[in-house]
Amino acid sequence: MKKIIHKAFWNYEKEEQWLNGLAVRGLALTDYSWMRYVFEETEPGKYIYQVELLEKSPQNPESELYLRFLEDAGVEVVASYMKWVYLRKEAADGPFAVYSDNDSKIRYLKRVRCFWTGLLVLEFTAGLLNLGICFFDLINAEMQALHYFPWINFIGGAICTGIGIVFFFTLFLPVHLQIRKIMKDKTLHE
Amino acid sequence: MPESSERGSLTEAVYYILLSLYQPMHGYGIMQTVGEWSRGRVILGAGTLYGALNTLLEKKWIQTVSAAGDSRKKEYVITELGRQQIEDELLRLEERLANGRRVTGGEAR
Repeated sequence: MKKIIHKAFWNYEKEEQWLNGLAVRGLALTDYSWMRYVFEETEPGKYIYQVELLEKSPQNPESELYLRFLEDAGVEVVASYMKWVYLRKEAADGPFAVYSDNDSKIRYLKRVRCFWTGLLVLEFTAGLLNLGICFFDLINAEMQALHYFPWINFIGGAICTGIGIVFFFTLFLPVHLQIRKIMKDKTLHE
Repeated sequence: MPESSERGSLTEAVYYILLSLYQPMHGYGIMQTVGEWSRGRVILGAGTLYGALNTLLEKKWIQTVSAAGDSRKKEYVITELGRQQIEDELLRLEERLANGRRVTGGEAR
């Protein structure tokens, strides 16, 4: 039996938790496209899922080599979306983590942080640019005479800046702190 | 200069990967072997292993072997340079162990 769930996630770790929670209850992800998750019914707890951000798009030859290596190592590539891939492994094989030591974890988390930084720059640029336009319109004498208020710039700018602030606290900061924590641990453990 | 960076001890992952490659092996085999040897303590993540293998190939501590039958699965094997790293590491480990035993009185746990 196929089951389709429409849902949006920004945070891949929350998404991973959600997928693993469903897998425990016997719903295993088989495909993903924009906000659309396809599940099949399996025996409860058969698979463990991981969501990973690749360095390059899944079609890139380097990524293909990596994904093939994963498949040979018993990891199934279930779906991909942009640079994100959905991976699963049978729970019977033991715990599933793509990265097992501090060095490789840090390298991976830095990749994620870089991705969020790009998103933040985009949001803040769009947001502040629009608010800037709004501000200049307001102090411009001719515009004042027209009793014109640039609502579109104002609302658009405020939304983008708002999203930027939310992303900073919910996406960028947690990864950043995670990296700092592992770096600290690295002085003691590998 | 390049010597200096190779004087430090190997990471546990690298040590065990190199050691497992005294026999030619593919990725999955390495993960299994290292898991068995460490009695489940060292579980290599596939991403970590992939990164480590590429670095070791670059350093020429390991090389790929073209397996006769199944050419899809890449097999790796340790090189002479890699064996040298293991020999050096064994000396460092012996020193660590000897000092540890000496200071703590060597009581078995």
